[in-house]
Amino acid sequence: MTSQDSSSALSATAPLPKQRVKMSAARRREAIEGILYTSPWIIGFLVFIAGPLLASLYLSFTKYNVLRPAKFIGLTNYIFAFTNDPLFLPSIGRTFYFALASVPLAMIGSLFVAILLNQKLVGTTVWRTMYFLPTLTPIVAAALLWRWMLNPDVGLINFLLDKIGIEGPGWLSSTTWAIPSLVLMGLWASVGGSRMIIFLAGLQDVPTEMLEAAEIDGAGTWAKFWRITLPMITPTVFFNLVLGIIFALRTFDIAFVATAGGPARATWFISLHIYQNAFTSFDMGYASALAWVFLLLILLLTLVQFRLSGRWVYYAGER
Amino acid sequence: MAQQVVGTKSGQRHSRDWVVGQIGKVSLLYLIVAIGAIASMFPFFWTVVSSGKTISELYRYPPTFWPESTQFVKNYSEVWSAVPFGRWLLNTAWVTTWALIGGTLSSAIVAYGFSRFRFPGRDLFFVITLGTLMLPVEVTLIPTYLLFSKFNWIDTYYPLIVPAWFGGGAFNIFLMRQFLLGIPYDLDEAARIDGANSWRILWQIILPLSKPALATLATLGFIGNWNNFLGPLIFLNTESKYTVAVGLRYLQSTFAGGSAVVSRPQDHLLMAAALMVALPCLILFFVGQRYFVEGIATTGLKG
Repeated sequence: MTSQDSSSALSATAPLPKQRVKMSAARRREAIEGILYTSPWIIGFLVFIAGPLLASLYLSFTKYNVLRPAKFIGLTNYIFAFTNDPLFLPSIGRTFYFALASVPLAMIGSLFVAILLNQKLVGTTVWRTMYFLPTLTPIVAAALLWRWMLNPDVGLINFLLDKIGIEGPGWLSSTTWAIPSLVLMGLWASVGGSRMIIFLAGLQDVPTEMLEAAEIDGAGTWAKFWRITLPMITPTVFFNLVLGIIFALRTFDIAFVATAGGPARATWFISLHIYQNAFTSFDMGYASALAWVFLLLILLLTLVQFRLSGRWVYYAGER
Repeated sequence: MAQQVVGTKSGQRHSRDWVVGQIGKVSLLYLIVAIGAIASMFPFFWTVVSSGKTISELYRYPPTFWPESTQFVKNYSEVWSAVPFGRWLLNTAWVTTWALIGGTLSSAIVAYGFSRFRFPGRDLFFVITLGTLMLPVEVTLIPTYLLFSKFNWIDTYYPLIVPAWFGGGAFNIFLMRQFLLGIPYDLDEAARIDGANSWRILWQIILPLSKPALATLATLGFIGNWNNFLGPLIFLNTESKYTVAVGLRYLQSTFAGGSAVVSRPQDHLLMAAALMVALPCLILFFVGQRYFVEGIATTGLKG
């Protein structure tokens, strides 16, 4: 094998027909093997992602309730969504409100925790574990546990607020406070999780020589953070931001369990709206159209972020 | 003040101030870290406390910080007798085991294909694979549901297990590929000279060297599958087939009060159940912690 590889360099200058056939046979063999090893995912991608994606695009132009065959109705589903569905547009607004409130807090919170845990602390593992545990809690369990803590009458949070002379709100049972409550719950469940660990890895990649050089030049902690650390970790920030926004927009479990979209649809997110249309009303065609609008929104938003990233993301290894 | 001579009195005073300042800084740091850790852990503590109270103590105001008349055993056994909780645990363990074996193994094989062989369209397909991370499940869920109902797979565990065997998803493939790229290609070549074919190289060289990555995937797979909610919610209908995540949701509606079973909300039982559902993941984390943190970190590195 190795002898063949080294002779390929020679054959490039002096093409020998016979050897060439032999070369490409080796290359072909490599390609076939590669495709064979990749084939589980090629099949999985076609059957569970690409196929369904096309199928749902087709379904979005039909009326389909599972019992009767799908009937092509053109753009009717899309037109209905934007003109006649009283729940759809507000659900998008709410989803964005939730994302807008939770993503910046989650990003700053996780970065802050990562900076804390990046200091030379005694018992790093113990601290890290304590911050990480909420992430491991099944979201259903987390939702129930917080529902109980946020109980307006006998909940712990309102009891503590009462102690310092603040009358606690109705939290999950109040239309104004339901989304902030979910933001709080999501923050608890994710702040010390994988986002934080990715930040931590980014921070540990910042060259220490650079920080030491800045220190010798008289830079304080604050200046070092803003001028060196933050610019150096912008790729990590970007990675977390893109995924964080997508995950926030997709929020389902926590709203489904903690509030079931209530009270008075105050937490009726787009994901709940799609779920309800698909699996409660079995209006599969309409739900597919909603899912596609949602997908296009996410794609657009991600594209914009990639476009804007050139202005603020710094890649040290960029050529 | 501006000029410092080493060893002078003023120099020493300066350094004493500096030491005091450092002690202050360090204790402030520990204080902040501790406050955060307490905020993270307190809901668990509160769940434990609530799960051991009697119902009248549970709804008393102001709340008590430790049950006056503890009845942990009674509450926990009540959960087990009220619903088939043991059955749900077994179901979840079954689904989790098969899905995580499939997801780990198949992603290792696929990542081997991506990292060790050149074939046309490979890099483009890999980029597309990464792109699938951004897809909202909602878009593919409906046709997938229809497909599985054609197979008569609704209310079985196949929809929760079988897809994992086809590469284990983009995240797994990405993480595994990153790891495999770090294993020197010389090892493959040497084995090939000794006459090993690529399948043997995978099993006898690559996989044994990939134990940390495999452990990471297994740990992540355990947690992801154990906590999976939407899948079981959509694909499972029969109560006895539930996994713990949907079971917990079912308990929530059963124990909400005003039903035939219970007249008042039974939040202490709900807390007991929530804790039992969370426990296996927490235990596993302590076992696989090292791999866990490392695995996530390597994924995010060159995002």
